[in-house]
Amino acid sequence: MTELSKKFAQRINNFTSQIRLRLSQSQWTNPGPLAVILFLCVLASLFYGSYPVTASRTLGILINLLLPSGWLDSSALDLKEIAVITIIRPPRILVAVFSGVALGMSGTALQGMMRNPLVGPDLVGVSSGAAFGSVLGFWLGLFEKPVIILAMASIGGCCALLLTMALAKMVGGKSDGLPLILAGFFVGAFFLACVGLLLYVNNPFYPRGQRTYNIIYWLLGMFRGADSAKALVVTLTTLIGGVVLMGLRWRINLLSLGDLDAKSLGIDVSWLRWLLIITVSFMVAGQVSVSGVVAWVGLIIPHCARMLVGPDHRRLMPTSALLGGLFVLGLDNFTRTVIKGEIPVGVLSGFIGTPLICFLFWKTKTKGWNES
Amino acid sequence: MNLGDFSFGNLGHAYLPDKWIFRNYGGEVSRGQILSLLGPNGSGKTTLLKILLGALKPTEGTVKVNGQVAFVPQLFQVAFDYTALDMVLMGRAKNIGLFSQPTKEDEEASLRALEQVGLAEMAHRPFHEMSGGQRQLIIFARALVAEADILILDEPTSALDLKNQNAILEWIDRLARQKNLTVIFSTHHPHHAYAVADRALLMLGESNYAAGAVNDVLTESNLSKLYELPFRRVCYEYKSQSVETLIPVLRPTKTALASAESY
Amino acid sequence: MFLKKYIAYTLQYSQRRQWLVALILTFVLLATIVLSICIGPYPMSIWKAGSILANLSLPWSLPVDLPWPIRELTVIQVIRLPRVLLATLVGLGLGMSGAALQGLMRNPLVGPDLVGVSSGSAMGGVLAIMLDWPPLAVVFLAFVGGLLSLGATFRLAQLAKSSDGIGLILAGIFVGGFCLSCVGLGFFLANDAQLNAITFWLLGTMTKATQATVWLVAIPTLGGGAILMLLRWRLNLLSLGNDDAFAIGVKVSSLRFAIIVVVSLIVAAQVSVAGIIGWVGLVVPHWARMLVGPDHRKMFPASALLGALFVLFVDNFTRVVLRSDVPTGVLTTIIGTPFICFMFWKKQTKGWVGD
Repeated sequence: MTELSKKFAQRINNFTSQIRLRLSQSQWTNPGPLAVILFLCVLASLFYGSYPVTASRTLGILINLLLPSGWLDSSALDLKEIAVITIIRPPRILVAVFSGVALGMSGTALQGMMRNPLVGPDLVGVSSGAAFGSVLGFWLGLFEKPVIILAMASIGGCCALLLTMALAKMVGGKSDGLPLILAGFFVGAFFLACVGLLLYVNNPFYPRGQRTYNIIYWLLGMFRGADSAKALVVTLTTLIGGVVLMGLRWRINLLSLGDLDAKSLGIDVSWLRWLLIITVSFMVAGQVSVSGVVAWVGLIIPHCARMLVGPDHRRLMPTSALLGGLFVLGLDNFTRTVIKGEIPVGVLSGFIGTPLICFLFWKTKTKGWNES
Repeated sequence: MNLGDFSFGNLGHAYLPDKWIFRNYGGEVSRGQILSLLGPNGSGKTTLLKILLGALKPTEGTVKVNGQVAFVPQLFQVAFDYTALDMVLMGRAKNIGLFSQPTKEDEEASLRALEQVGLAEMAHRPFHEMSGGQRQLIIFARALVAEADILILDEPTSALDLKNQNAILEWIDRLARQKNLTVIFSTHHPHHAYAVADRALLMLGESNYAAGAVNDVLTESNLSKLYELPFRRVCYEYKSQSVETLIPVLRPTKTALASAESY
Repeated sequence: MFLKKYIAYTLQYSQRRQWLVALILTFVLLATIVLSICIGPYPMSIWKAGSILANLSLPWSLPVDLPWPIRELTVIQVIRLPRVLLATLVGLGLGMSGAALQGLMRNPLVGPDLVGVSSGSAMGGVLAIMLDWPPLAVVFLAFVGGLLSLGATFRLAQLAKSSDGIGLILAGIFVGGFCLSCVGLGFFLANDAQLNAITFWLLGTMTKATQATVWLVAIPTLGGGAILMLLRWRLNLLSLGNDDAFAIGVKVSSLRFAIIVVVSLIVAAQVSVAGIIGWVGLVVPHWARMLVGPDHRKMFPASALLGALFVLFVDNFTRVVLRSDVPTGVLTTIIGTPFICFMFWKKQTKGWVGD
């Protein structure tokens, strides 16, 4: 490495740590402002879309909905516009927000549990396993039973995660560091290939004509076709899993110290780890079964949150959740309103996420990422 | 058995069937005393500590503990950049329910513990930025905040310079004498054991060990057997007091050889 | 009994064994190619297929009165022969580039898809298609994309201060992820009608096989392969590590650059015609190493031939047994990942992931 780039790296290091220092001592440590921002963004997302409804009319419809009937004259409202505001946009916004929340939280939990800031639900194979489970469910014709699909997705995700951890353990003895990442990469690739195989094996539920759409949907993640049933699934799983993770968030601090140390502090490590594995699989399954594999979000959001509030999971967990929701909602709004097409959300998140993680990888090279 | 007493007997462990790392080990230490474990690399010191800690089930034998045990691991890297206070707070884990978070009282107790080890002003500094000695002290504070009766330390003085080694030994001594804690620590330096410990356990071989009071166990012959080096007892005067210790006779240095050749 | 003794005898003499293995593999490959042409939804006898093949490969034109129905001729000439040859060439190229990359980076866990070359080529190819460029330019841009992403991977690993251990693999995963995002983005920005093609880049199929595409793959693969074949002993030197190789007097950087360029070219040609065929370049060198040992002189040809055999088998399986257009890349991944997991587990003690 040349002298120049060394200096450059040093400068960036100082810069980012300064940012962190400044941010972590400011009001950001409180998740309140973030929550308000997220709420405002959700509201604002209702106003924009490919079907043009002017802001004042949207506001009128919303006010009309909120107030008891009869207070305002509702005859002036366009039925089509009401449908857009109340039926079409909300499910999609909900799916986007809660997918982001689920990914942000499960990524934080996984990174803490595995003591490795380079893992995320997609990189340890959970997302791929969940995708395989739900695609298998659809393939078997269980279209109408979202609970069974969700269960299969959870089992698939859980199996993939356990496989990854078992492989890493067999390889490395201690199941953190590089073996974990590689094992996750292998297992994830395997399950994604299985998804591809299922989508190509002829089946009435996956007709040839929709094959391309299905592959993009499952492998890259899409919010197209979000309806109220999907919104319900992802909202419920995220809320249930989120409550559990919020309860356990300080315990993740303990777990991140390592097995022996955590045991010596008097906590039941294996029980706690099982609880986290199951919760994370459940949350990710909910997200994947409604919007496919959305990569990179679960990896980068915890890093961004850590820059804002520091590594303590008590503050990190809510911040990751809110940031994840904001990030994915922003991506989805971008496709919906700016591009007016359907770029898979996984493509966009990869587009933003990979340069960011490369930058962080470079910046934090000395901080024990490379198992030494 | 008093609070803080610790004893183990007939202890044996084998990771694979019939491949014993050690067998029939026994020893005891009572409240306010310091026990030091000595053994060469690969003799199973860490395994023995894990068993004493309760993190590993021994293949045979029993460990009798009366009281809470806290553990101070070897200097370690934390994956995340926690502050000193976050680290100390983790010592309260036993008092905090599965789904609950630490309260204000817990934080205050942690701050008090940090004050006791003299690092109160470092409470909000990242753990990564601290020196080895400071990190070790913070882990001490973590053990203090756990309100444990027995403290187990895994090579607390390794990876530290002489000044910090001394500071840590002083702390071990203070914890045992003033706080009345039972301390068990492993070390590679017989003179560390000699300086602070009351009792010692030498892991000489698979089922061969020596345990007892320091003066009985840390003899020249025992240590020579353990490390395959000659040891010498040295007396010197410090602050007009006569101090005794054991030092290993390491292989002649270059200068010693040179001076030998000049004769 | 005799055979057993004979095999044991040949095993003792690695020099003989080297040629024997290469010879046997070549024969098996040729036989498999001929057999693959016979089988399919429209089966025909080996003699008929053989005579058609022989006539096709002779330089002069076909006889005026064909001794076989025109239908069978068409099946072989237009449909099967290009596809079988494409699968063979793709496998050949992947086996070679995987072996070269593993030797170059001193890391048996890298392959063209793991260090981002394949994804980068896909990115370049997509860009060329968006610009409506001719096929040759597609290969060229794919080449540039592959080279760029490989360079980015190396640079990132260097910046992260571990250029042959964990850093390289992680950098490859990140760079590959970015390139795949570009593939997705490119297609959506282009137009909706080309949506189908994204699956082709992502999963890899042989369905685009025609005479023209076979030539497109054949020239870079065979040309580049010849260069790599000549350099294969140098790979032994490179796999010693920079300092050792330098001490022996090998010009490390220029040699490394030459190999990278050739590998990128081979992978670019393969990706622009068949998409990303995953895990072949990672897995096949291990099989070759199991068969003939780690010496690149023996391992390199073995890896090439095994790669060709593997991809050909998998493609035949989809074509004949599944009788559907299941992407070849999907099947190679399903076979490849469990194997690499197994190798990963077994080889851990030998410092695979050491920095």
